[in-house]
Amino acid sequence: MTLTELIDALSLHVVCPPSSPEREVRNVYVGDLLSRAMSRLQADDLWITIMTNTNVVAVAELTDVAAVLLAEDVALLPDAVHAAQDNGIAVLSSEKSAFELCRDMAHILKANA
Amino acid sequence: MNEPIRFHFDVDGENFSSAGEASVTVKKRLRQLGYPPDVIRKVSVAMYEGEINMVIHAHGGEADIEVGKSEIVIILRDKGPGIANVDLAMQEGYSTARDNIRALGFGAGMGLPNMKKYTDSMHIDTEVGVGTTITMKVLL
Ligand SMILES: Nc1ncnc2c1ncn2[C@@H]1O[C@H](COP(=O)(O)OP(=O)(O)OP(=O)(O)O)[C@@H](O)[C@H]1O
Ligand SMILES: [Mg+2]
Repeated sequence: MTLTELIDALSLHVVCPPSSPEREVRNVYVGDLLSRAMSRLQADDLWITIMTNTNVVAVAELTDVAAVLLAEDVALLPDAVHAAQDNGIAVLSSEKSAFELCRDMAHILKANA
Repeated sequence: MNEPIRFHFDVDGENFSSAGEASVTVKKRLRQLGYPPDVIRKVSVAMYEGEINMVIHAHGGEADIEVGKSEIVIILRDKGPGIANVDLAMQEGYSTARDNIRALGFGAGMGLPNMKKYTDSMHIDTEVGVGTTITMKVLL
């Protein structure tokens, strides 16, 4: 599923637009502890988190995730928004919880399979 | 490419929000130089964790990266408090991070274990009250 399709299917808000909207999302990782995320995240993952500081952007950049998805409507801090824009990191958000996002994603992936 | 490529960074200990900048810069340069994704990933994880540790545990420090023919060497030096018990610090889940640091997402106690896991060798030279130097190598 591409980022554009994902944004559409889950009605996500775009905080920082993806530099390549047609990038394929391969897998999902959920977590807020940065050093665990750092070791588990793979390139092209969708990373669901409620962390909002610039360190999220650094981890996303270093792991080559396809996008960061902020759950529960948390707002990225201004520093982090600038860092994401400067580095071309896609940041999306939703009022749904991490569980609801994963559940909806599983439905979509199943329907597309 | 016969001469090794060297990078040097002063890592600011005050600024949590710019933490990781040195690692991001190295990652981008390695990518431009055409290194394979698995090498870039190893260097990124190891250097990021070490850089962050200098910021949150040691009031900052210095990072030197040497990209040679057969290996990439990462040296992180700080004049922080040192690590009293290295075996304990290396255990997954062990952390002395305070609540304000944990609120940023640090403190899982996985940084040092990640550095070991993602490098081909890691050496910690530390003395309480003097500082810590960590040398890591990723083979090419
Ligand atoms: N450069 C350093 N100077 C002094 N103490 C350090 C240094 N690096 C690590 N430590 C000590 O070792 C402990 C374990 O480090 P580690 O990186 O594994 O976990 P953490 O930094 O606490 O949490 P995480 O890395 O998961 O966010 C730290 O909590 C700290 O007590
Ligand atoms: Mg750490």
